[in-house]
Amino acid sequence: MLPRELLEILQKRIASVEHPRELAVDTMLASQNHYGYLSDEALEEAARLLDMTPLELEELATFYDFIYREPVGRFVIHVCDGVVCWMNGYDSVLDYLLRKLGIKPGETTEDGLFTILPTACIGYCDLSPAMLINGRAYGPLTPEKIDDILNRLRAEPPKPRMAR
Amino acid sequence: MYPQVLFQNRKPNRIATIDEYRQSGGYKALTMAIQKYSPKEVQQIVIDANLQGRGGAGFPAGLKWKSVADNFPFPRYIISNIDEYEPGTFKDRVMTHTDPHMIIEGMILSGYAVSAEAGIIFVRPSYENSAVILERELKIAREAGYLGRNILGSHFSFYLIVHRSGGRYICGEGTAQINAIMGKRAHPVQSPIRSTEKGLWDKPTVLNNMETLVNVPHIVRHGAEWFKNLAKTKTSSGTKLYCVSGKVNRPGCFELPMGTRLSEIIDEYAGGMLSGHEFKTCLPGGASTLYLPKKYYDVEMDFDSVKKVGNRLGTGAIIVFDQRTCLVAATLNLIEFFVRESCGWCTPCREALPFIRDLLWRIEAGEGKEEFIPILRRMSQHTWKSYCAFAPGATMPVTSLLDHFQEEVHEHINQKKCPFKA
Repeated sequence: MLPRELLEILQKRIASVEHPRELAVDTMLASQNHYGYLSDEALEEAARLLDMTPLELEELATFYDFIYREPVGRFVIHVCDGVVCWMNGYDSVLDYLLRKLGIKPGETTEDGLFTILPTACIGYCDLSPAMLINGRAYGPLTPEKIDDILNRLRAEPPKPRMAR
Repeated sequence: MYPQVLFQNRKPNRIATIDEYRQSGGYKALTMAIQKYSPKEVQQIVIDANLQGRGGAGFPAGLKWKSVADNFPFPRYIISNIDEYEPGTFKDRVMTHTDPHMIIEGMILSGYAVSAEAGIIFVRPSYENSAVILERELKIAREAGYLGRNILGSHFSFYLIVHRSGGRYICGEGTAQINAIMGKRAHPVQSPIRSTEKGLWDKPTVLNNMETLVNVPHIVRHGAEWFKNLAKTKTSSGTKLYCVSGKVNRPGCFELPMGTRLSEIIDEYAGGMLSGHEFKTCLPGGASTLYLPKKYYDVEMDFDSVKKVGNRLGTGAIIVFDQRTCLVAATLNLIEFFVRESCGWCTPCREALPFIRDLLWRIEAGEGKEEFIPILRRMSQHTWKSYCAFAPGATMPVTSLLDHFQEEVHEHINQKKCPFKA
């Protein structure tokens, strides 16, 4: 269950619009933000809030790149594989990240910290090769920069959650 | 340095505040429009200014507004986006981080021009910071009386919200974007009724590219003639936000007169090619335009001039390739992107693009055959039967690879390997 405080915020927002399903993505993102990913239970809970069937919401959840239907790490690394990043060294950036973290694309490190997902052009072509971690863009990437970013993220304390 | 209109308040690492925007004349156009002009008059000024849609099609924004007929029902909506999924394109992001109130004023004015009640700014997840900036500045604009009920004491009321996307390229297609906002799967609609007649919630809806709208306040304030004179070429008007990326010294977004030559944009503003790299070709307007042969290096970058050399201005996002980059591999990367981003709804797109991808993959891997070339052309033709412009756009790098760089393709086939790989 979502904490009461968050639930009330969502219910209030949904009640304020004419068509609840226009808030489908927002509601899924809020739930995902709380749980870390959108589990089956979280999806059903969000569907109830939106007065949609779980299947209707699943149609949307599986459509979008940034809705995670499987568990992910605390930091989701979206490595841009758009053509500009590709031209400027995407392969070596991805390779370096995978070796450094000891995982394959789509996998999560054992400590639950990092997931790597290759991602369509993220719109930071001026900073290529680039990646996006929890909404923040980094680039142009070099091995030294990647080391520095990973070390800083490892040292970051987990964000506080709302009280249940 | 050319006069900066859209980027006049651009600062390194800082966003212009509402006060800075107002000091530069911001929100004067809104005041003028509400006090002096009817919605129809605002439309006419923008029609006279020949403001061409900056999203790629170049359709005059004023005419699009005019197509919302007087007897069309209410409420009416305006949609713009900071979504730009087109590889190479990042102008909307830069604009949001430069002067968000110019976006807000542009949207309010376009809302006024078609008597809309609400506007929606559709934002992709990788631009979450843009969404946060816009929500913060919208609140400030509301408190200043520019948004909400009875704007500046008039009878005009207009509301503006940010809609967060879950992230897919296809959401840039108009009918798909409308579906996405309504909480439906973002499939394009086959042969849709014009959205200006029946769009969001079946009500008249105008979709404009964000860059188109930021021009509107300046046009209203300074007039159509002034706007036309900003451009370098006769058939175009205004300035353009050109994005340059790839093998250049200073990738970035530059505001230059519409019709500035490609050579000038690359050599002077993007700092020229990286040392030791030669210009081979570029995609002049994002991933769904055609490779531009080097002989057109001096082309004037406006809608008509780029069309005259058989290409498209698209979003004006110039992706520069050098002589060391394999174009078969580049095209494979591009088509891989389109295969993944296809919504999968209609057959020509869902089936033809992976087919093309597999043939290109084989050519790049040294398993290509001469007979693949006519198949690639035929498959690319099939995509024109799809519901929306996505798939035909996706095949533009493919057909232009075959048209302008056929030798490179043949080398792959004859040598049974990629000649760019050791």
